[in-house]
Amino acid sequence: MNKLSITTALLCGISAAPAFAEPSVEVMHFWTSGGEAAALSAVRDKVVADGVAWADAPVAGGGGDAAKTALQARIASGNPPAAMLMLGQNVIDWANEGLLGNVDALAAAEGWDAVLPQAVKDFTKIDGHYVSVPTNVHRTDMIWASKAAFDKIGAAYPTTWDELNALAPKFLEAGIIPLAHGGQAWQEAYMFEAVALGVGGADFYRKALVDLDDATLRGPEMVAVFTELAALRGMIDKNAPGRDWNLASAMVINGEAAMQIMGDWAKGEFTNAGKVSGTDYACIPVPKANGQAGFVYLVNSLSLFTQTDPDLIKGQEVLASAIMDPAVQVAFNKAKGAIPARMDADMSGLDACAQATAADLAAADAAGTAVPTFAGTHAANATIGGAATDAITGFFNSDMTADAGATSLADAIMAAK
Amino acid sequence: MPTPVRSVAPPDLRTLLQNWIPKLVLAPSLAVTLLFVYGFIVFSIVLSFTGSKMLPRFSFVGWENYRKLWALEHWHIAINNIFVFSVHYITICTAVGLVLAIFLDQKIRGEGLLRPIYLYPMALSFIVTGTAWKWFLDPGIGLEKTMHLWGWTSFSFTWIKDSELAIYCIVLAAVWQTSGFVMAMFLAGLRGIDNEILKAAQIDGATTWQLYRRIVIPMLRPAFLSAFVILSHLAIKSYDLVIALTGGGPGRSTELPATFMYSYTFTRNQMGVGAASAVTMLMTIAAIMIPYLYSELKEKK
Amino acid sequence: MSAVTQETAVNTGRIARTFIYLVLLLFALFYLLPLYVMAVNSVKPLAEITGGNMLALPEVFTLEPWRQAWATAQIGVEPTGLRPYFLNSILMVVPAVMISTVVGALNGYVLTKWRFKYDTIIFGLMLFSCFIPFQTVLIPMAMVLGKLGLAGTVSGLVLVHVVYGIGFTTLYYRNYYASFPTELVRAAMIDGAGFFRIFWRIMLPVSGPITVVSVIWQFTNIWNDFLFGVSFGGTSQPMTVALNNLVQSSTGVKEYNVHFAGAILAALPTLFVYIVAGRYFVRGLMAGSVKG
Repeated sequence: MNKLSITTALLCGISAAPAFAEPSVEVMHFWTSGGEAAALSAVRDKVVADGVAWADAPVAGGGGDAAKTALQARIASGNPPAAMLMLGQNVIDWANEGLLGNVDALAAAEGWDAVLPQAVKDFTKIDGHYVSVPTNVHRTDMIWASKAAFDKIGAAYPTTWDELNALAPKFLEAGIIPLAHGGQAWQEAYMFEAVALGVGGADFYRKALVDLDDATLRGPEMVAVFTELAALRGMIDKNAPGRDWNLASAMVINGEAAMQIMGDWAKGEFTNAGKVSGTDYACIPVPKANGQAGFVYLVNSLSLFTQTDPDLIKGQEVLASAIMDPAVQVAFNKAKGAIPARMDADMSGLDACAQATAADLAAADAAGTAVPTFAGTHAANATIGGAATDAITGFFNSDMTADAGATSLADAIMAAK
Repeated sequence: MPTPVRSVAPPDLRTLLQNWIPKLVLAPSLAVTLLFVYGFIVFSIVLSFTGSKMLPRFSFVGWENYRKLWALEHWHIAINNIFVFSVHYITICTAVGLVLAIFLDQKIRGEGLLRPIYLYPMALSFIVTGTAWKWFLDPGIGLEKTMHLWGWTSFSFTWIKDSELAIYCIVLAAVWQTSGFVMAMFLAGLRGIDNEILKAAQIDGATTWQLYRRIVIPMLRPAFLSAFVILSHLAIKSYDLVIALTGGGPGRSTELPATFMYSYTFTRNQMGVGAASAVTMLMTIAAIMIPYLYSELKEKK
Repeated sequence: MSAVTQETAVNTGRIARTFIYLVLLLFALFYLLPLYVMAVNSVKPLAEITGGNMLALPEVFTLEPWRQAWATAQIGVEPTGLRPYFLNSILMVVPAVMISTVVGALNGYVLTKWRFKYDTIIFGLMLFSCFIPFQTVLIPMAMVLGKLGLAGTVSGLVLVHVVYGIGFTTLYYRNYYASFPTELVRAAMIDGAGFFRIFWRIMLPVSGPITVVSVIWQFTNIWNDFLFGVSFGGTSQPMTVALNNLVQSSTGVKEYNVHFAGAILAALPTLFVYIVAGRYFVRGLMAGSVKG
């Protein structure tokens, strides 16, 4: 007993965290690889320049799953970080738990309401309070196409699902895998939502995946979505299960495969491989029914947990202001491969892909065809998303019929609701 | 420390102290075990009857979480997998460990070199070796491709891509990690057997096979039991392994209760259901281990 | 030690011995393969990995990935490499291993030489604690650590590892001391030696082999732990968490050669312990822990 407590006491003395006498901000996040970390560094540099110490708390893995575990442990121990990278309905859920503070005064002073699209505000301004500060918007319904592969069969990039489906046999004939696919559950969920919007349209998407309407989930449009998924299932190679998404990107980069359906974060892989958009590859939106516009968005933001120490509150404000700085938004997203959350940021510094994405978002936001990501837990919460992902990955890794697929998805969502 | 020379100290006080010291020494361990193990088990049981989502909240919902749990196909897959996994893992590890130990016990040249080679996987976590294993098992870049490059083009090894067989890849990697350790336990057991018994049996004309089957292996019973405890504890806690190798895929075909519990508690904001799965698992472990521990400890008395 | 088994070797003929060597060598290859894959790919440039054969020797040999993993790889926003996290791990592992081993030794001593009513039940309770899945204890543990003011500190992590390690260390020492003649302890008691004196003078001097087993077991488990480290490590995260951050990237480019170099670096201490202490390990297991 004595030994234990003495040693523990000694260790406490040694390891007690040095108290920051200056304003500081602890940022918990899961952006640890090259481009992601470089993006966050743009924020960090501004925060440090403004006289606030940056305490980095990175936890990578599972697209933020591991970080969320660490966050839950931190909150249970009554010691939440000042800021946590989050996405989707988790922001809303934590706000509803009453754990998030806000930077309303700063937002009013800097006029955030005017510069953020509604899509972004939906996931950062909860019940009228800015509890989270947006860094970027990702587009998840993208196709990454190898120009060499398309040149080889002499085809144009597909703009409809029929065109896309018709390409598959030609690619196979030419010895090219039509669709590079990473067979992990989360990737299949993103593919599903891209097809859901592309085949069903924005109204269907909202009714089925935001409102979770039972009839729509079991309706003919959903069956059509699963029919297209089944077609895509036939375009992948047998080694797809378990493959990392960036290895699938590599297959497009070296021309082994023709296309990959993946969010715009895939661009970093192409850029890193020295490929140029337009000459080596194309970034095109997933086909949309009836030539409609459409856009699936994912908003990343740093949520601010309530703090009582004035130095920490000051730190949060400086962090929030730094993230929303237009120059930082541009620098951040150049590195991250996404587009700024601020609509008024100077997009001319971004590459062609990102510029097109930004223009599409502005148009879709105005036309009401921008929909929140389902796989990224914006459209529905993590409980629903998880249950749906089980059904989707179950479908994709079997030879289930489209009817059965739609039914199993509807059943899973209804059971989790 | 008591002084060495002690003549007429009050005997009752000293006896009293001597009687209490052992209990006092044991007390902190017992206290932390009661709090951090059994207290937390009780906490999990309570939690499993609440509607907790992201944080513990004590709004009771009765058996709702258990109903939800058993209605999930996902959970049935996990339960099925833990049985398939445990049975294969424990059997194969024990068999490999025993064979290697017996072979290594035959006055092998280079035993000192082989032993650490067999043992070292136990030193590495799957956070470290997971990527290498994933590569190795992947037909596109691993063993199959290598065999093809070496000219054996009909070679096929695609288990990891197959929903039915992927769980056996998990078994393979798990066996790789611990069979060397089991070997060490058996080797230690073999080295502890009294040589005279073996000599006597040989004089009686027993063949090597008979010697091992009739005498040596039965004498290794304690080693078998220790191996069983260590292996079942590792099987139950297997988590990193699945995350590193398959992430639970293809589909959800390699989910285990540990990955299920984690994902419901921390990713899917259903802490109540996660707790229900944890309690179910703990009860099952208890149902298997308590009779075993009871019989083991009772013999000692 | 091997002299003991001479007799069993006599009957094995030449063919049988060849077979035995063959099997032993094949298994050695099997065990070495993942390490080979990691080592060989950690000295290749990234392009050679994504394009080529994972078993092939490097065409271009480079130590750059090792340097990066150690000193410049991106762990969070800081390009620190794994270097600073080594110290965190050591500050956690050393006290945790020492405390849990000492406590286990004392517990084993009490449970075998100072038996009292219900001691077997207490041991059973401690033994069963080895089987609790760590995922279940995270949240309540976080709450307790928060109450104790130990959340996010090295001492908190040490406490957690000691708590979930004493079941194993107690098991090892108890089984080891069980075979030690109780008469010697009795005699010492009659001579007037007290509890700690007997432990110090009689038990400790013979505890070498089992201490090696206990230390190796604890060292490996604690060094390799990820779940507790990531949940309770706060700003003093251990090596495994840093390695995880290096290897896992959610949306970004994967540098496999650096990952492999980092993985081997992170594993060096445990590998070192196994190779150096490995020979004593079997001796230690032999000396007691397997006697049920």
